[in-house]
Amino acid sequence: MSTATAPKKAPKKSTGKPVASDRAKAESRLALYLVAPAVALMLLVTAFPMLRALYLSLFSYSLTAPDDREFVGLANYGTALTDRLFWIDTANTVGIMIITVAFELVIGFVFAMVMHRLIFARGLVRTSILIPYGIITVVSGFAWQFAFSNTNGFVNGWIPFLGDDFTWFAEYQTSMVAIMVSEIWKTTPFMALLLLAGLAQVPEDMLEAAKVDGATWWQRLWKVILPNMRAAIMVAVLFRALDAYRIFDNIFVMTAGANNTESISFLTYRQVIEQFQLGIGSALSVLLFLSVLVVAFVIVKVFRVNLADARQEG
Amino acid sequence: MVASLALGSSLLAACGGSEGKPTLNWYINPDGQDTLNQLAEDCSTDDYDIAIQLLPASATDQRTQLARRLAAGDSSTDLMSLDPVFVPEFANAEWLKPFEGDLADEVLDDDVLKGAAETVTWNDQVVAAPQWANTQVVWFRKSLAEAAGLDMSQPVTWDQVIDAASEEGGTVGVQANRYEAYVVWINSLIQGAGGNILDPDTVEDGRDAKVTIDSAAGKDAAAVIQKLADSPAAQPDLTTSNEGTSLGQMFPENGPGEFMTNWTFVYKNYEGLIGKPGGPKDEQEFEDLGWARYPQTVEGEESRPPIGGIDIGVGAFSEHPDFAQEAAVCVTNAEAQSALAVNEGLMPSRQSVYDSAELKEAYPADLLQLYSESVDTGGPRPKSAFYSQVSSAIQSRWHSPRSVSPESTPKQSADFLTAILRGEALL
Repeated sequence: MSTATAPKKAPKKSTGKPVASDRAKAESRLALYLVAPAVALMLLVTAFPMLRALYLSLFSYSLTAPDDREFVGLANYGTALTDRLFWIDTANTVGIMIITVAFELVIGFVFAMVMHRLIFARGLVRTSILIPYGIITVVSGFAWQFAFSNTNGFVNGWIPFLGDDFTWFAEYQTSMVAIMVSEIWKTTPFMALLLLAGLAQVPEDMLEAAKVDGATWWQRLWKVILPNMRAAIMVAVLFRALDAYRIFDNIFVMTAGANNTESISFLTYRQVIEQFQLGIGSALSVLLFLSVLVVAFVIVKVFRVNLADARQEG
Repeated sequence: MVASLALGSSLLAACGGSEGKPTLNWYINPDGQDTLNQLAEDCSTDDYDIAIQLLPASATDQRTQLARRLAAGDSSTDLMSLDPVFVPEFANAEWLKPFEGDLADEVLDDDVLKGAAETVTWNDQVVAAPQWANTQVVWFRKSLAEAAGLDMSQPVTWDQVIDAASEEGGTVGVQANRYEAYVVWINSLIQGAGGNILDPDTVEDGRDAKVTIDSAAGKDAAAVIQKLADSPAAQPDLTTSNEGTSLGQMFPENGPGEFMTNWTFVYKNYEGLIGKPGGPKDEQEFEDLGWARYPQTVEGEESRPPIGGIDIGVGAFSEHPDFAQEAAVCVTNAEAQSALAVNEGLMPSRQSVYDSAELKEAYPADLLQLYSESVDTGGPRPKSAFYSQVSSAIQSRWHSPRSVSPESTPKQSADFLTAILRGEALL
């Protein structure tokens, strides 16, 4: 916070690499040796299953009929991409992602401001805000399922125009609301934490300068704070969006996919784990992986931020 | 530290088991645990001990847990309690060690009722041993049937039952939530009209099985469901009804009660509820509870009551397959079946047990007769290695029962089921 110049834009790097000294070369070689075991382990535990899934996705393969395994090329992808259910579930997943991330961003920002500006009881407030994030998602799912229950929940009692016997899990819209509330409650603190880091990067002297120039609180927020936090906001949105796209636990616990509340992850789970269809299930998980990449790409493009900036490099 | 070392070594000993007396693991579902524990103890010998391992309560979870162990070639899965519909799936994957020679004859002798026996064969091999058998009958209030002038001593049809209930302000209880028991109902209706969901001659061909649900029998079955859904006899929670939801309609505060197709547990259930909420007021009202054979779909054609229960399979990767098969025979013998029936209300799959003195003491004679006859003539669900997909596909097109129509439902479900089996659609 002591530096006078704020990094408004990424400082331009000189083109052309500087000539590396022998020492630098030796150091980077050593670095390679040091990370090699970790990379090998990573390849073993992540690349192998991924390649295996890619391979399996080219077969018609059921665990209960191993002898009938048959190479079908890209047919499983064709089946998935032309199936209505796949697109319904994709729409659900995208809907959940957009709505929950939007709510989390706004609420998370408020929490971050509170944590940032707090003068007294800082530790206590920060801890309280972070508690939901420390709770396992399955537990959060069960807790909110009970809360929304029409027999022993409190939500119906709190909402004045709802009858006590209103069944949240009987229909699509209300089930989705319940799922999203649990998701938002559980992960907003994570968003707040990332945004708090961003807030800490906003230089105080810029804010003071804006104040001196007569900027209102609203102008300071939009013209100074948010632009300076762009990288942090992007990281927060990116992380949360990718997480939200893979939503599974809350749906599994609260509705088990009833009333079309299924997400893509849940669809994949059902094909592989419940129906033992390894071929189409693997194809779906590859598609899930690809869509996560697309989401990440879109978010990076929308925010026009390069990740090196976000990491405070350069 | 010493204690933890001791604990560790004893755990290792229990897991290893290669030296000394081996322990056979028997994965059971939660029904009838007390008696099963006793059976495990009684059937342990000088050569081996049987240890009970509990599976989760839901059938789906039981199936996936066992399948994941077996797909990984787990050598510690020796014995397992299997729902009959899992048997073809597991057998086709070669996860079950077939009983051969004399052992097969012992497991499947003439004493085993036909409906139960059909559930344990695959590719002409005996792949499991029937332990207990479940079936459905129609439970009703004698006073209700009498008022409607329906003679329940003769075979009745679904039409007659639905009409009788509507005329007298009673209801008809079934299982029509989107779950397995709804498929049980649909399957029995179709078989009762002389048809099948999948052609029985090609059902073992897996993906190549011929789908035969779009037939006259399929339409007859859909007509029954449609008739009930449109009738005043339908219970308000028809679309989410399960085995438990219609129990309370038998002895309501007001009203004449119901006809209900349900499993064998119903008798002991009401007997235990005499004078309690949800049960008959007194002995006299309990006496008003009647039972009869599963209704016919088509008049004059013998009904095919549903078959359930538990079969005991032996894991193909067991380290002690011979001991495990010996144990499987022991836990499914007449004595074991009698204990399960008397203590737990789980009915036998052997005729001789129905004739035993212990059972005659515990159940009315005509009810035992009805059960054994129902198990003997019952119809199995499609014996397909893809049964769980078949079942889900049927559920997705036949639910809700209020939307079932003889003109469209059998056709739509046949198309969808065919696409699913060929891997051309997602479930």
